[in-house]
Amino acid sequence: MTSKTLNRQFLTALILAVSFIGFAKEPAIEGEEGKEKFDPKEMILHHVKDAYGMHIATFNAGKENELHLTIPLPVIVYTDKGLTTFSSSAFHHDYHGHEIVERNGQRFVNVHEKVYVLDPGALEVAYDEEGHPINAHRPKFDISITRNVFMMWVSISVLFLIFLTAARRYNKSDNYVPSGVASFVEPLILFVRDEIARPMIGEHKYKRYMPYLLTIFFFIWINNIFGLIPILNGANLSGNIAFTFTLAVLTFIITTVSGNKNYWKHIFWMPGVPVPMKIFLMPIEIIGMFVKPISLMIRLFANITAGHVIILALMSLIFVFKTVAIAPVSVAFSLFITVIEVIVTAIQAYIFTILSALYFGMATEEEHH
Amino acid sequence: MTITGIAAIGAGLAAIGAGMGIGRIGGSAMEAMARQPEMHGKIQSSALILAAFVEAVALFGVVVAFLQG
Repeated sequence: MTSKTLNRQFLTALILAVSFIGFAKEPAIEGEEGKEKFDPKEMILHHVKDAYGMHIATFNAGKENELHLTIPLPVIVYTDKGLTTFSSSAFHHDYHGHEIVERNGQRFVNVHEKVYVLDPGALEVAYDEEGHPINAHRPKFDISITRNVFMMWVSISVLFLIFLTAARRYNKSDNYVPSGVASFVEPLILFVRDEIARPMIGEHKYKRYMPYLLTIFFFIWINNIFGLIPILNGANLSGNIAFTFTLAVLTFIITTVSGNKNYWKHIFWMPGVPVPMKIFLMPIEIIGMFVKPISLMIRLFANITAGHVIILALMSLIFVFKTVAIAPVSVAFSLFITVIEVIVTAIQAYIFTILSALYFGMATEEEHH
Repeated sequence: MTITGIAAIGAGLAAIGAGMGIGRIGGSAMEAMARQPEMHGKIQSSALILAAFVEAVALFGVVVAFLQG
């Protein structure tokens, strides 16, 4: 091993180790907010869920000159009194319903990263036994730009930047030799074409599905990667069930629309089996039609969320045992899990894309005798 | 035993099932690759897909345990 690669490896390790400060800092903040006991479950759930602002770090926690480093994001809610917008910084990083924001003659509170409208006359939130507010209700529509939405826009911009730059390179050069960004994305695009689309869908029809497959592959991958960057507070976009639900629904719609006669015949009247079996198989195949996108949805959601939960749980071990002695163990284990997660980001994007391609292939398969 | 405890046991059982399934897939894939190194790529991609299918069932269990716990 040359000294150059050694140097590079050392630097990589250093950067990874430093980036963990982002994770390690968080529990300390949680402890300061009026609660004596550190609750790892609440901390983890708060991290995995969506939020109204992007909280990056807190300096001098609990002291006079406490400084929160955040990116405030707009809260947009539609209530009985019409559209109301305000900045998430109005809540002053409170998500326990203490800070009351008055806008448009209504009082808003943030209870566990959900905006509630207080009933007229109510001055503070009251809870029932399960911790649900009783004198406040959710607005009719909540179309706030939350941190997940914000991160989605960031990842879309990054994707546009990468791919438009790459496309421009091909326009410029006459000999189509990839260079710069193009030399990075070309092998990936060829991988999606030759390893995913062609074998799964077939030589004649794969071209129609290439734009969709490429889009979901890169979109899921880049969002998985962004979820692992601690300084972005782990905006857990691909571990959000609504996000994976939308992608799975898109796959379901494309599969159903492009289904040919042969595909529907296999669902409603399975060829090549006796009639009682045909009747028996029909409901199973119809359920199977819906289980496929549901399993796509759950797989991506659960894999990415589980990764975040494991890393955060290992980190909160330090604060559960209240000793620094456990820190090396927990940092080492989180580093190990994070490295695995980096591989998982690519594998999950690959699995989602290849299974979508497989379903498209099943939908467009011709009858063979 | 509370419902949370039972949910935790359920999650553990799901992990055992997935572990056995993925272990068998991985073992057989390794064996097949050793026998026919030229089929390495194809075997690897099918092994990954099969692992994803096995894992999905386990993840259903884990999500149910999550909701309960």
